[in-house]
Amino acid sequence: MNETTRELLKIVSDMDGEPGPNVAYNIREDSGCAGRQSSEHIKITPKKDKPGIDITIAAGTKSENVYIPACVTHSAVSDVAYNDFFIGDGAEVTIVAGCGVHSDGHEDAQHNGIHRFFIGKNARVVYLEKHIGTGKGAGKRIINPETYVEMDENSYMEMNTTQIGGVDSTKRDTGAKLAANAKMVIRERLLTDGEQEAETKFTVEMNGEDSSIDLISRSVARGYSKQILYSNIAGNAKCSGHSECDAIIMDHGTVNAIPGLLANHIDAALIHEAAIGKIAGEQILKLKTLGLTEKEAEEKIVNGFLK
Amino acid sequence: MLELKNISWKAEDGADILKDVSFVVPDNKFVVITGPNGGGKTTTAKLIAGLMAPTSGQIIFDGTDITKLGATERAKTGIGYAFQQPVRFKGITVRELIEMAAGKALNEADICHALTEVGLCANEYADREVNASLSGGEIKRIEIATVLARHTELSVFDEPEAGIDLWSFTNLIEIFTRHRESRKGSMLVVSHQERLLNIADEIIVIADGKVTKQGTREEILPTLFTTGKACKSCPKQGN
Repeated sequence: MNETTRELLKIVSDMDGEPGPNVAYNIREDSGCAGRQSSEHIKITPKKDKPGIDITIAAGTKSENVYIPACVTHSAVSDVAYNDFFIGDGAEVTIVAGCGVHSDGHEDAQHNGIHRFFIGKNARVVYLEKHIGTGKGAGKRIINPETYVEMDENSYMEMNTTQIGGVDSTKRDTGAKLAANAKMVIRERLLTDGEQEAETKFTVEMNGEDSSIDLISRSVARGYSKQILYSNIAGNAKCSGHSECDAIIMDHGTVNAIPGLLANHIDAALIHEAAIGKIAGEQILKLKTLGLTEKEAEEKIVNGFLK
Repeated sequence: MLELKNISWKAEDGADILKDVSFVVPDNKFVVITGPNGGGKTTTAKLIAGLMAPTSGQIIFDGTDITKLGATERAKTGIGYAFQQPVRFKGITVRELIEMAAGKALNEADICHALTEVGLCANEYADREVNASLSGGEIKRIEIATVLARHTELSVFDEPEAGIDLWSFTNLIEIFTRHRESRKGSMLVVSHQERLLNIADEIIVIADGKVTKQGTREEILPTLFTTGKACKSCPKQGN
């Protein structure tokens, strides 16, 4: 593992070097493998036909973590990884899947992670994903994650995704299909600045009775950055869906929120809320009366909003 | 000591909201500004906190002219201000807001003290977001806690009773009564409430943009509720 990877891991996975023994992990570095370990219940095996790994979590696994960060540490790397997660019935697992892209050169550094999740009955999955771009090179830092989720009956998935800065271009595409009683919670946090561009797209199909999705996206667009947020929810059974898009625009940033609700069943209850605007003047004033400068107040408001 | 000297403020549409207002808030006094709605009370409070600038006149605080200072600088010189309609923040917790007010990180005991002062339990509230999930009474108390946590020389409260239920109001009076007794620094409260007027050292009446009365509670209070405009023929009494 090189030093850049080590630094990126601290940011995206809260890892300081390799995790301890008995913890499953796979550290991807510049399209190669910088470390891999399976645990008793979580097996990680490389794919034979394409780059990437299979992560198989045994049925009934309780409260285990698996780390699968990916790092690109210099320019002129275009990395693609196909990672498939097979989560056994009744398993409870936290998956930490950060991505850091570093470029000090003139050419682009890019990581495309294509993740598929097959979540068994009664399983509970927490998926944490932090993305960051670092380095001062003119080359762009690009991260394009694709995520596909199939949730079996009575399963639960919480997806927390955060892009905390420095990523010049991102296209995120997330799709999910929910069976009966499956519950999905998505929390997206996105910060863009300068000339950065971000496009995120969620497509969730609720196919089973009493399935539900709660999708909340909060984003801040600074500088001249541009964001497009699509949230498409389809209710094909008795189900409940809620999507919320809150965005703060600053400087010359733009945000385009495009919600889509498709009710294909008489008992599908779908809600969308969206609010885009600059920081409320009253919020700045309140913090000024506590002794903060305007700049400090803005920073506190943005940091709290994206927390 | 705070002194307003000949303060006037004109709205954008040219209306004269405050006209030549002058008064003094002495050190360590509990002063209540009262008067009819639309008379200029809130404007006066905002001018003192630096949320707006007067069209003319001077504001002197402890001998220094602060007229041209903005809200941040006023806060740093020792003026606290509680909004009539507290501001909500998505993502910022009660703990974080009180720490910003105190200007430093606080331990559990400090947070507990700050919230107990306004009748809230830290276990229940410290990590809640200051967002729309808080009721009118809850956010009002948190607003007051942020001002008390600053320990400023002058604390200004703009209609602390506005928008809260009766139960919360009783607690609110207790907060002010307690602080009146153990205070360090002055409190200037904009209020219509008789129970707050009853604990004032001094009362200032602002109506139609002017100070119409000013003096001790004993002098002013008896004159406030005798308007002589009561209905002479009450249908209920059959007169």
